[in-house]
Order: sequence, then structure tokens, then C-alpha cells
Amino acid sequence: MKKRSFANLSPTFRMSTATQYCTFYLGDLFFGIDVLQVQEVILYQDMTCVPLSSPVVSGLINLRGETVTAIDLRKRLELPEQDRNEPQKNVIISADGGTISLQVDEIGDVIEPSEELLEGPPETLKGIARDLVTGVYKLENQLMLVLDTEKTVEIDASTIAY
Amino acid sequence: MANEDLQRELIRDLIIESVEGLDQYDQELLEFEKDENPERMNLIFRVIHTIKGTAGCLGLNKIEEVAHVGENLLTILRDGKLTINDPMISTLLELSDALKEMLDTLEKTDGEGDTDYSELLRKLDELQKEPAPKEEEELVLEEEIEIEETPAAQQISETVDEGEGAFGLFEEDESSSAQTPSAENQAAESENPIQEAESSSEESDPGFGLFDPAEEREEAPDPEVKQPAESKPKNTPLASTGPSVTESSIRVDVDHLDKMMNMVGELVLARNQIIVNSTNYDESALQKASQRLNLITTELQESVMKTRMQPIGNVWTKFPRIVRDVSSELGKNVRLIMEGKDTDLDRTIIEAIKDPLTHIIRNSIDHGIESPEQRKAVGKPEEGMLSLRAYHEGGQVIIEIMDDGAGIDIEKVKAKAIEKNLIPASRATELSEREAMNLIFAPGFSTAAKVSNVSGRGVGMDVVKTNIEKIGGSIDMQTQAGQGTTLNIKIPLTLAIIPALLVNSSSERYAIPQVSLLELLRLEGKQALKEIEDLYGSPVYRLRGKLLPIVYLDEQLRTKVESKDDASVNTEDIVLNIIVLQADGRPFGLVVDKIHDTEEIVVKPLGKQLKGISCFAGSTIMGDGKIALILDVLGLAKHSGIITDSDSRALVDDDKQSNDSNSQKESILLFDINGSQRMALPLSQAARLEEFDSESIENTGTQQVVQYRGQILPLLRISDHIHGNGSHSAPEDLDTIQVIVYTENEKSIGLVVDSISDIVDEELAISRKSSSQGIKGSAVIQGKVTDLLDAPAIIRSADPSFYEEALVC
Repeated sequence: MKKRSFANLSPTFRMSTATQYCTFYLGDLFFGIDVLQVQEVILYQDMTCVPLSSPVVSGLINLRGETVTAIDLRKRLELPEQDRNEPQKNVIISADGGTISLQVDEIGDVIEPSEELLEGPPETLKGIARDLVTGVYKLENQLMLVLDTEKTVEIDASTIAY
Repeated sequence: MANEDLQRELIRDLIIESVEGLDQYDQELLEFEKDENPERMNLIFRVIHTIKGTAGCLGLNKIEEVAHVGENLLTILRDGKLTINDPMISTLLELSDALKEMLDTLEKTDGEGDTDYSELLRKLDELQKEPAPKEEEELVLEEEIEIEETPAAQQISETVDEGEGAFGLFEEDESSSAQTPSAENQAAESENPIQEAESSSEESDPGFGLFDPAEEREEAPDPEVKQPAESKPKNTPLASTGPSVTESSIRVDVDHLDKMMNMVGELVLARNQIIVNSTNYDESALQKASQRLNLITTELQESVMKTRMQPIGNVWTKFPRIVRDVSSELGKNVRLIMEGKDTDLDRTIIEAIKDPLTHIIRNSIDHGIESPEQRKAVGKPEEGMLSLRAYHEGGQVIIEIMDDGAGIDIEKVKAKAIEKNLIPASRATELSEREAMNLIFAPGFSTAAKVSNVSGRGVGMDVVKTNIEKIGGSIDMQTQAGQGTTLNIKIPLTLAIIPALLVNSSSERYAIPQVSLLELLRLEGKQALKEIEDLYGSPVYRLRGKLLPIVYLDEQLRTKVESKDDASVNTEDIVLNIIVLQADGRPFGLVVDKIHDTEEIVVKPLGKQLKGISCFAGSTIMGDGKIALILDVLGLAKHSGIITDSDSRALVDDDKQSNDSNSQKESILLFDINGSQRMALPLSQAARLEEFDSESIENTGTQQVVQYRGQILPLLRISDHIHGNGSHSAPEDLDTIQVIVYTENEKSIGLVVDSISDIVDEELAISRKSSSQGIKGSAVIQGKVTDLLDAPAIIRSADPSFYEEALVC
């Protein structure tokens, strides 16, 4: 998937092209990913566990004949587990290392917030979120965290629990 | 369609068709050398004829020109007027090279290039006229005119009529190759094929090319018929930097294509059924339809995947030619044997291994196989043997390249490496055979003393290695001096289809590549519990009198569900399914819950996030759409400790030879002399360690001795013979002395040291040579620099009689 390049656009033009975000929820937290990185959103899929893998990897799903590694975003962001009746949903993204599925609780809309609402993550942000959240949009009702997908899918092989 | 596009498309078709044709041409020509079957010559002839015709039609004068002259020679050969000989074959192969070169240039630049082929054309002409009487040739050419009516042939007739006979051809060649650049420029510049046709027809006869295609259809039906089967490449611009035109198209078996078409037909039917159902709901019908849909889709998917798989033989077709060229250039006699041509590989991998393989083959002939004289001298058959073998093993494709040449001289390799500054001279002696071999793969290494045309450009094996590693493969080399060299290339399948055994463990399905499978065992009831014996916590099973280590898959994968208590109660129901597998030549038993069936599976690589898990080679999608993981038997064996990295080598080498002792661990005795100087001696050289009272030391002449086991043991103070740092603080006045008893040839001598400090198991790698007498060198043992005692040298210098034969017993 081609990444959008704003580099050669004039600054005024860049200002006017706000990024579109595909949004989703993890519990009460509201996240957004650049929509161009999202290939599709699918409902719950049967999963094959991968023994010995990182606990963050929840398994493999069959996406029309392609095996896609599913990452439990809740675990990846070190959020507490939650008992939910509804199955998780998959946000399929195209990353450098192939196609990856991020498992989220609920899918939101595609929104196009104004660039002016963007701010860097607060200094007080702790833990893994500091590495993975690149910015915060101050939306009217809530805050939207912008997730760095490249880093999110970067799972060190050494995190494998032996 | 714009004219320009049409022209480009036609040119692309020409390139695809011609390159394929020329490959076949090379192959058939080499076969023809051995077996002069007229059918073959017809094939060969047709290839060149087709190229000539098509190129002429597209206004590619230069290609046409060259092909035309080649065709003349081939006509004579086809009609049996001349018998083929070695120079002819070589020249005809050169012709194919020239044509390929031009096609290549054409693809890249839209022009035919400005290489001068007049030398080749002259040679082709020479060959035609030499043994043949002039008249006969004219006759041949006239026949040609009658049969073909091609303007090209008319050209010949014209030149022949000019009266110079065969010489006229030569002149014509010269003049027209001089003309071609201009025609070429026109071709490159002109945007309109019609214009172009006009411009080219101005130069040659009118009606050019109009007859040709029609005639081709008659003459060469094959390429035309096959064409629909060819998947048309995407409409990429010709000058793109991507893969070349010939690489971006593949040939697919028409049967296979028909099968796929059938499946697509069924797919459409299934879709119709479902669409009907969406308005007219009928549950059972819907279920049936979706089942069908599921089945068809899976089948179709597999089928399309299979079209990507190609037999490795597709690459190998080029090798007989290469072997012939290289060996004749070097004056060697080489026979090429190829096995396993049908081994399927993904086409991307096939492309990737083409160049490395070619390089290895050139190397084998250049450096490996000796000249016939040399071979005769050492009693080998004059004809060298080069064998290529490909097969699936352990979920990998293995390509073995073996020659029966001189092998690789390890010492030469080392010397070269030192000369090229790849390793310091001091390191060279410590290298194990295997390590030294690996130097061949180091960048900038080339063993050939002379840089020959064939190989030895210094970009050799390191490039091969990098290329193979790029696709996730590995390369390994074994050599035996005088016997030959074997190269083993292992390539992961990635997309290859392999037969695999499907098993169940902890409610998940796994696929085990069939190649590593030896047998299946089933133990039932009480027998199961009894026959798995415990050996220090490692379960083993006696399989026909040999111990088979047992590995539980669920334990290894940490998926074991803690057994319910009632499981142990009912021992009658226990069933143990053991799969006997082989990893690196070692058998072991893998216990799984259930064994299903064998199935052909399509291997899919695992994502980046899962690459680090050595137990899995990939994943596959089963008939029901679920994913199953493919076990990596080797990785699993390593994971479970059946084999380890270090001893796997030793195990393999046990059968052959274990010269690797250099790098193996040994027990080393550590002791001090001169107060604080650390010394080491291999424990194998010390017969015993003793302690004597100082008082028991007696003197015979100048020699100190002690009575030891009813014999006289001469004593040797090491500190007297080793020039340490001068601080002679040796405590002479101790009550006891520490003695290492050194025994050789049933004679013993006591080496007196200050104190014995330790015995360690360590790899003895001498990292610094020593110039002082009695010390072999220094090594770092237990983190400290330690001198290695050269016991024989010290003893020899102190007591030369020790090594003499005992005169009196």
C-alpha cells in the first residue's frame, strides 16, 4: 500500500488536507489510525493459536487465503483484560512486515478532525503508550489517541515467553 | 489501440516468444550433437525462421539479418547437405547468443543496439561454403526460394545472381549491417508502425512481412497455438526497470488452465444459487450451495497457486549449454547429470537461484574438475562428472551440486585468505576445516591463481551466498581432496506445495512435513505406560532394541492442559500416538493426541512477528478454511534438546571423520610455576598427579629422582626450563612438591610445579604463538592469559634420553 506523501505539497495545501482517521475503541479509550493504512475492518474470525509466540499475538486468521497475524491490541497497549460478551473485531492494516490484524473492542467512524486539534502526547503519558501514541486530538466529546501502527506491529521475537 | 501500443505489444510478444524459442534452440542443438534426428533440426530451424520472420515484419532489420544468415546454414544442415560438426555447433550457439543480446537490448532500449555481428555472420557463411561444393549450395538456395517465397530469400537469390556465389552473401551482410543503424534509428524514433513499415520496405523489397506471418502459421504452429495459454503480462512499459518481459510471463499447462476455467464456471453456478436464495430463502439449499462454494473456492485457490509453481528443470535447461561452453573453453571434458528436474519451486525462487547456480556450475568446472590429462594421471576417467540434484526434504528444497574433481585444498584456501587479508596469518592455523571452507564465501575471495574468463572475478561465492540467503536459504560445502566437492543449497519452500501429515495436539492441528517422517507407532492401554521408560526425567521408548527419545508435542509447545484426574484412572483407554521423526539424521518420537491423514499443503510464510519461533516452518490453510501451523522438525528437535547446534555437526561428522577436534572442548590441567605464572597442559598428557615429601627426593648424578611405585621417577622442575618473568620466588623450601607424572612409551617423568590449580573443560584456542622454548603459545582460559606447556619439548631439552628407545629393560 502506498503511503501518502505530503512532503512535496505546499504547506498551505497540507494544512487544508486533514488526515482521515479510522477510529476504534478499547474500553473507554478512543483510538485512531491513518485510514490509508487500514486495508479493511472485519468481524470476529476463527483463530489458530500460535504456541510459544509473544502473548501479544492472539493467533492467525485466514483472510481470503492469506494468513494474517492477529495482535491483541489490549495486551499490546498493556491495558487490563476485560470480560466482554461480544467478540473482538479486526482492523486489518497493511504494514511493512505484511498484513496484520489489530483486535479491538468496537469500531468507530472514519473521521477527519481538524489539524488544529492535534497535540503531542502529554509528558505524563506512561508505559508503552508513550512509545505507541504519537499524538492526541482534542475532539469535542473525547480525546482521540493517534496510534503509530508501524511501532504497534513491531513485536520483538525475544518477547517470546520461554 | 494506438499504433505505438500495438507496435510495442508485438515487440513484446516477439521477445517472449523468441527468448523461449532460443532456450529450446540451445537445448535441441546440444541434443542434436549427440543424436542427429531430423525432427530436432526441424525444430531448431523453425525457431530461427520464426524469429527472422517476425523481426522482419516489425522492421527489426538487424535481428532479421542475423537470423537470416543463421537460417541459411540451418537450411543446409536440415537438408542433410552438410553434417554438423563441433565448430558449427559453437557458431550456431553464438548465433543464439547474438540474437538474445539483441532482444535484450531491444527490450531495454527499444532499439537493436549497435553491436557489430559481422564476425559471426562471416563465420556462419564460412561454415556454409567450406565443405560444400558451390553448385550444390546454389541449388539449395534456389530451393529455398521456391519453397518460401520470402523476400529475404529473394535477397539471397539476388546476391547469388550477382555472380560471386557464397562470397556475395558475405558482402551483402557487410553492407546491410552497415545500413542497419539508420534503419534502427528510424525504428526507434518512428511512432507509427505503418510509417516504419514503409521506411523499412523502402530499403528491402515491398510486400515484406506480409507473407511472413501467414507462412509462419503453417510452418511453426507451436508458438501460435500455445500463445493463448500464456498469461499476458500486465501492460507495463517496455523501458520499465522492473523484471524483464520474459520473467514476467509464465507458461501454464493448458490442461491446468482448463481445469481452472471449469472451476470458475462452477463458482459462477454456486454464486447464482446463493443469489437466488437471498430472495427465495431455503435453508437446506443455501447450506448446500455455500458448502459447494467453499469447496470450489478452496480448490480454485490451490489451483491458481499451483500455476506459480514451476519445476526447477526450467532453470536447468540452460545448464547443458553452459557446461558445454565452459568446458570447451577450458579444454575439459565434463558430463552433466541432472536429477529431480520435476521438483516444484515457486517461480520467484526459481528466478532467484538461477544466477547463483550458474555461478556454482562455472566454478565447479573451472576450479573443480581437472583437465583430462590430470584426471588420467590420477586414475580417474577422463570425462569429469558434474551432477545436479534437487529434492524436497524437511520442508525445504535441497539442491546438490556435486563434482568429482580435485576437491578444495584447504591449505590453499587459507593461504589465499591470508594473502587477501581476510584473516590474520596467526588465525589460519587454528581454523577448523569447516571454518576454513567458509572463507570461500568471504567477500573478495577467489582461489583461482589466474583470473580466467569463466570464473574468478572475485565476486564469486560471496555473491552466491548472499543471493541464496536473501531468499532465506543456506549453502554448505563439503570437499574431499582428490574426490570432489559437494555443495548443498537449502531453500525454504515459502510457497512450495509439500505432502504433510496432519496431527492434533491440545485441540490444535499441526502439519508435519512428510519428508522427515520415518514411521508411526501406536501404544495402547497399560502397554503405553509401561513401555515409555524414564531415563533421568527424559522419556525413552525401546524401538526394535534402540532407545528412541520421546518428546511430547504439547509440552514442547507449552499448550499442555493440566490433565484431569480421571485420566489416570482409566489406563485401559490410554492411547499414545508416536510419530517417529528424523532431524539431522537423529530419530526421535513425537507424541501427539491424534493422527489424521496426509495431505498436500501449501506453505505460507509466517508474519514477521512470528519468525523467531523455531518450532514452526510456516502455516497452511486447511480444507475447512482454518489455519494449521507447520512444524519445523529440525527446530523442534533443537528446541527439545534432541540435537544441539554444536553436537549436530559432531553427530553428522561421526560417520565421516571428526577432524574438528581443534575446536572441540577438552580437559585442561591448570598449574602455577614461578610463583604466579599460569600454565596449562592438556589433561590427556598427564598420567597422574602426585604429591611427594621434599625429603623423598634423592639425587642420581645431576638428576633429582623419587621412588615411585617401585621405580625411579626422574624429576624435572619446569621453572628451570621456562624463562618466566625472572621473579624466582619459587618456594623451594616446602615440605611437599607437586608433580605431574608424564608418561610416554611406558617411560615416566615427573614434572615439578608449584601448585596444581584446577582442571577445566574448555576449548583450547591458542591465540598467540610463543617464541620462548617449552611454551606452545598462550590462550585465554577462565578469563586469564595462560601459557600452554609444550611438555615434549621441555623433556627433550632436559633429558634427551627420555625419547630414546630403552636400551636395557
